[in-house]
Amino acid sequence: MSETLSFTIDGVAIEARPGQTILQAADDAGIYIPRLCAHKDLVPFGACRVCTVKVNGRPQAACTMPAAKGMVVENNTPELLEHRRRLIEMLFVEGNHYCMFCEKSGNCELQALAYRFGITAPRFPYLFPDRDVDASHPDVLIDRNRCILCARCVRASRDLDRKGVFQFVGRGARKKLWINAETELAGTNAAAEDRAVEVCPVGCLLKKRQGYATPIGRRLYDRRPIGSDIESRRPTPTT
Amino acid sequence: MNPSATRTVVIEPVTRVEGHGKVTIQLDEQNRVRQARLHIVEFRGFERFIQGRPFWEVPVLVQRLCGICPVSHHLAAAKAMDRIVGGENLTPTAEKIRRLMHYGQMLQSHALHFFHLCSPDFLFGFDADPAVRNIVGVARKYPDLAVQGVMLRKYGQEIIRATAGKKIHGTGAVPGGVNRNLPVEERDAFLKDLPQMLDWAEGAVRVARDYTMEHLEELAPFGAFDSNHLSLVRPNGEMDLYHGVLRAVDAKGGTIFDGVDYQNYLDYIAEDVQPWSYMKFPFIRSLGPERGWYRVGPLARVNLCDSIPSPKAEAARKEFFRLTGGRPNNMTMTYHWARMIELLHSVEVIEQLLHDADLQGTDLVVRGERRNEAVGLIEAPRGTLFHHYVVNDRDQVVRCNLIVSTTNNNTPMNRAVEDVARRYLDGVQISEGLLNRIEVAIRAYDPCLSCATHALGQMPLVVELVGPNGATLARRVRDSGA
Ligand code: SF4
Ligand code: SF4
Ligand code: FES
Ligand code: NI
Repeated sequence: MSETLSFTIDGVAIEARPGQTILQAADDAGIYIPRLCAHKDLVPFGACRVCTVKVNGRPQAACTMPAAKGMVVENNTPELLEHRRRLIEMLFVEGNHYCMFCEKSGNCELQALAYRFGITAPRFPYLFPDRDVDASHPDVLIDRNRCILCARCVRASRDLDRKGVFQFVGRGARKKLWINAETELAGTNAAAEDRAVEVCPVGCLLKKRQGYATPIGRRLYDRRPIGSDIESRRPTPTT
Repeated sequence: MNPSATRTVVIEPVTRVEGHGKVTIQLDEQNRVRQARLHIVEFRGFERFIQGRPFWEVPVLVQRLCGICPVSHHLAAAKAMDRIVGGENLTPTAEKIRRLMHYGQMLQSHALHFFHLCSPDFLFGFDADPAVRNIVGVARKYPDLAVQGVMLRKYGQEIIRATAGKKIHGTGAVPGGVNRNLPVEERDAFLKDLPQMLDWAEGAVRVARDYTMEHLEELAPFGAFDSNHLSLVRPNGEMDLYHGVLRAVDAKGGTIFDGVDYQNYLDYIAEDVQPWSYMKFPFIRSLGPERGWYRVGPLARVNLCDSIPSPKAEAARKEFFRLTGGRPNNMTMTYHWARMIELLHSVEVIEQLLHDADLQGTDLVVRGERRNEAVGLIEAPRGTLFHHYVVNDRDQVVRCNLIVSTTNNNTPMNRAVEDVARRYLDGVQISEGLLNRIEVAIRAYDPCLSCATHALGQMPLVVELVGPNGATLARRVRDSGA
């Protein structure tokens, strides 16, 4: 007999194992909570706030908040959906995102979230920040125009690749992805096979010369909306 | 009289109406046409935008240049990037999928131009009321023709979708190859509709031919002038719209150069700059800027090739040449006939390709020795399209130079407008008839006014008469009827 904690998400009863976050328990139960910085193989970070839910009436990040017995969690409410929509739109205008020619298009989690939320154009003005490209490495490209500062690469490089290639520098609007080296990525031991490259949710960390290999129609999110893999785990409700 | 004073008046960008072609006609003291000029707003800043971008992104990114001919830019850039990755000897599947995409684009573009934009002029005459002289008028009076235009175009667009993934902003061509083949089910669907397309394409050639022959007296001198001609042909002289060597002939058919590897285009072609235009004026180096300008596009291509490698279009080409006794044809208005011969050829090529099992092959990409500089050329629907890139060792584009088809036809379009102005300007009024004829002359070249505008329906046009002292004497604006 394994110990479980019961709580509810939008009125649905959920069983969580001790130590699971709300997000992890929801995933297991087939309830999708949108996320960008969270990744199943990485320690929770709580940066993007796209996973915001209400726990007993208070906003919390589902990716960092441990599940607890008796919690009442709200996920799919108009207020929370609107909150997430705004966050996603902000991410678009804070960077330079041109999906129509981006090689991550169709495989990008940010773009897929925008589709899922029915966002066609952001309501906020584009900021057109001045961001740079680091093409120094023979096999890996950094296009900071598309970085959403989710820190997946930072965590993956430190904890999975055990290389510690990436870090952030600067604060606020000046915050940016940086390299633990004097100048450029070429000065590190980063490699194209690193998990850090693979986990980037957007078209910022890229394997060079591989773009557009998958034809339109066969890309990850051409087939199914983001989150549908999680939702398909949900037992069909018996009514 | 200070000529530079008259020049500055006409290029003032604020006087431009967005998306309009602008024509200025300069008069001398006797109110005779001294010069006529077509000003086109060219997409600017692209060369800077592309700097620093990774080279494999370019074939997709360049489609932003133009909403009208994205596939041509896609393929021209891909051909350049093939060389950057040392993969220019494509696998048979990759080469044929790209050709299919290209001839699909040719078909849809030529169909749109002929049936939607030009057939109203032919069917109702240049002086017909603009309220009737449009595609809606055609659909009312000649419903069959309008439907054929729509269906031919749709067929071409579906081929683009099947090979590039989307009708615009596709990703089919990648450096050194393609990312998909054509599944048998899709091939069979195209083959099923093919006989009908072939039939309509033959009909379109007949319409263009009959129209030209019946109105020859009016059309032969209309915007006609001698010029050189330039296009790609196969090394053996056959027409090829996807790949080949550069050939140029003069107005009488005399060879200027032939068999030129386009990697060396800069040894043969240069670009002149004029103070009154943002657009460049390409010319053949050996002849200089005054005499070296040339025509590109359907008329140049039909003129230049020794034969067309598909039977129906070749028969049509022979008939076309009877008009000029085998010499190059220098009549602006025969662009339409030549364009329909190419449309027919495109359908025939599509048929040949669809019967080729290589389209179902799975060997899609080749790569070889990396290069840092490359040129990609293609015969786009509107004419020869040049893409030239320099890529650094970090895989970033550091320099690019593009000569788009419409730019190649820059001087010819100016000549055509000037000729029409001379013939039809009466006094210092811009009559409706003159406006219509200027439009017809420009349209014969099918300029891409969003590698220049989105002229569906009527061409938005501003015509100005400028006196010898630089003052504007008359101005007439026509907005798009759409
Ligand atoms: S990273 Fe994603 S959102 Fe940004 S341009 Fe690329 S596809 Fe669009
Ligand atoms: S590079 Fe990618 S993974 Fe790293 S912080 Fe930026 S968006 Fe996140
Ligand atoms: S996924 Fe929870 S804060 Fe980013
Ligand atoms: Ni164009």
